[in-house]
Amino acid sequence: MESSNAILSAVAQQAVTAPVEPRVGAVSSAIDREDRSTVGTVTVDDPRMRCIDVNVYYGDKHAVKDVTLDIANNEVIAIIGPSGCGKSTFLRCLNRMNDTIEGCRVTGQILMEGEDVNSSRIDVVPLRARVGMVFQKPNPFPKTIFENIAFGARIHGLARTKAELEEVVVTSLEKAGLWEEVKDRLDQPGTSLSGGQQQRLCIARTIAVSPEVILMDEPCSALDPIATAKIEDLIDELRQNYSIVIVTHSMQQAARVSQRTAYFHLGDLIEVGETNDVFTNPHHPLTEDYITGRFG
Amino acid sequence: MNSPGPTGPSGGADRPQRAMTIVEKSLKRRYAAERRFRAYGIGAIAIGLCILLLLFTSIIARGYTAFVQTYVQLDVSLDPEVIDPSGERRIEVLGRADYGGLVKATLREMFPDVTGRSEKRQLYGLVSNGAAFQLRDLVLEDPRIIGTTVSVWVPADDEVDMLMKGHIDRDVEEADRRLDDRQIAWIDRLIEKGRLKKRFNTIFFTAGDSRDPELAGILGAATGTALTLVVTLLLSFPLGVAAAVYLEEFAPRNRFTDLIEVNVNNLAAVPSIVFGLLGLAVFINFFGLPRSAPLVGGLVLTLMTLPTIIIASRAALKSVPPSIREGALGVGASPMQAMFFHTLPLAMPGMLTGTIIGMAQALGETAPLLMIGMVAFIVDVPGGVFDPSTVLPVQIFLWADSPERAFVERTSAAIMVLLGFLILMNAAAVILRKRFERRW
Repeated sequence: MESSNAILSAVAQQAVTAPVEPRVGAVSSAIDREDRSTVGTVTVDDPRMRCIDVNVYYGDKHAVKDVTLDIANNEVIAIIGPSGCGKSTFLRCLNRMNDTIEGCRVTGQILMEGEDVNSSRIDVVPLRARVGMVFQKPNPFPKTIFENIAFGARIHGLARTKAELEEVVVTSLEKAGLWEEVKDRLDQPGTSLSGGQQQRLCIARTIAVSPEVILMDEPCSALDPIATAKIEDLIDELRQNYSIVIVTHSMQQAARVSQRTAYFHLGDLIEVGETNDVFTNPHHPLTEDYITGRFG
Repeated sequence: MNSPGPTGPSGGADRPQRAMTIVEKSLKRRYAAERRFRAYGIGAIAIGLCILLLLFTSIIARGYTAFVQTYVQLDVSLDPEVIDPSGERRIEVLGRADYGGLVKATLREMFPDVTGRSEKRQLYGLVSNGAAFQLRDLVLEDPRIIGTTVSVWVPADDEVDMLMKGHIDRDVEEADRRLDDRQIAWIDRLIEKGRLKKRFNTIFFTAGDSRDPELAGILGAATGTALTLVVTLLLSFPLGVAAAVYLEEFAPRNRFTDLIEVNVNNLAAVPSIVFGLLGLAVFINFFGLPRSAPLVGGLVLTLMTLPTIIIASRAALKSVPPSIREGALGVGASPMQAMFFHTLPLAMPGMLTGTIIGMAQALGETAPLLMIGMVAFIVDVPGGVFDPSTVLPVQIFLWADSPERAFVERTSAAIMVLLGFLILMNAAAVILRKRFERRW
């Protein structure tokens, strides 16, 4: 059998989705530590986004190496791995935020509804409305809470009149679970909220432009446990309407919120699978090392 | 363990003690150094403040007297035979009448004992030439006063003014004075009658330049400065901000952009007179714009302040945290939208400060404006940006050159006005910056 990557490349030529057989040798001891090819099922039926052979270079540094991964509909997929393994870099490929970095080069295909969003021909502005992003440190705009959420809706033309904007703002805040706390201070600056509230405001801001996929880059790392719990509940609710890709340092968090987990190691996608499986029965020795805490 | 001296390897109890004594000994030295350093800082500030105080006191001491002027009260009978013999009250006739003659007649009435031509000339010399024009303006404003006797306060001659302010010493030999004993006697008589007084010098603020110091004012120069600065602001602010935005956001990182940056930084250091030469060669000779106009002055000053504004604006843009830009881009804003709605408003305080600093610099520039002709003697107050005009620094320069003693105090007074402008602009900068400041 050819390697899974080669099959997928051939498959992508014809834009046909087909599952790939999992690697033979499902016991971790049977795989060599130095073997960096992916273990587990990278593809899903009817994916929301499909990444094929994605490589990212920062100048000469090869940060993400030949990653092939599918994102399913209405799922939460967690990306875990030690620091500097390329998780955030890979995440930022999905909404072309790496374009803003000097000297960063992304190769490979990132398909969304058949279209390659990594090509230079597509417009990144509507892409970023379809694929939203929540950053590690909450970054609400230094404007009113209302304006924070209305900005996105307004520039994309999703709401024009004051009434429409108000509706969008209320709906987004409700979906983000923030409405009750801020409903009587919408004209206060967004920066006057607490950390957890700010992050939920950023989530509301992302929801306001009706995305299909929400990318979250360690959204709770700057928050206390209670705020973290609230956001994890929120992620669970959002799953019903959006696909969520969450990068996290905390394995417990990955275990709590995600359905699938992908483990990255020094730029390679080492293992991917159902969250339960990955944590209780990892197939690759590197995954096992990370999960059992031999390094992290 | 109980050995008194700190020699040799001692037990645990001795070693920490030794370290503490060393530390405590060095403390005195360290605190002394700190006190010295603080003293240097305070000393430097004190010297700076002293020099500033010296500057202000010397200017104010020499200039505050210019805000009062000596006036003479004359009861002029507006003889209709002299002003309008035909009685038709036509403007051209009224405008050309011999008002000077009326003033002289009034003076002769007040001092009937004065005879002889040279004596009478000396008498007439007590009052300014501008008295005639003052009468003319009164008549033109309301021709009905012809035939009546009006009491007007006319400015006295600048030599009389200098005497009243103590700059002409009465004890000096008559031959060494500008006013002889007879004139001083007449002046004393006028003072006794209450017809010679020092009043607030409105002429200084309402008149344009003049050869006679008592008739000279800064209105022309102040208006010229205001017009020139308005042109400079309207041109340099948008251009500077746009250039900074382009260089920061959209310029590709290549050789050409580096060349632009090097040139912008260099232009900030070019001597200002070079811009004047450029203005003369390009704006006046090539484009044929009117010489000495605030428009050309504004264009030249724009070229001069543009590098300052660009550099300050770029620094302001760079200081906006990238997380805000990322947040905006993440929601799907285009680079222009992220710039205009988020980065630019946050960079505005720095940009405004840079602009006002540039404007304050332009306010005091003389050399480039001399080159484009603003050194001319211009009497009229400019009406628009195309009229010939002069600016305050040039006016100060011209007055400083004039021989009449009365111009000395007026030069200092004009400097005070210029400094007042400057302080106002800097205050505006501080207020604007505070208003636009936001916390992120």
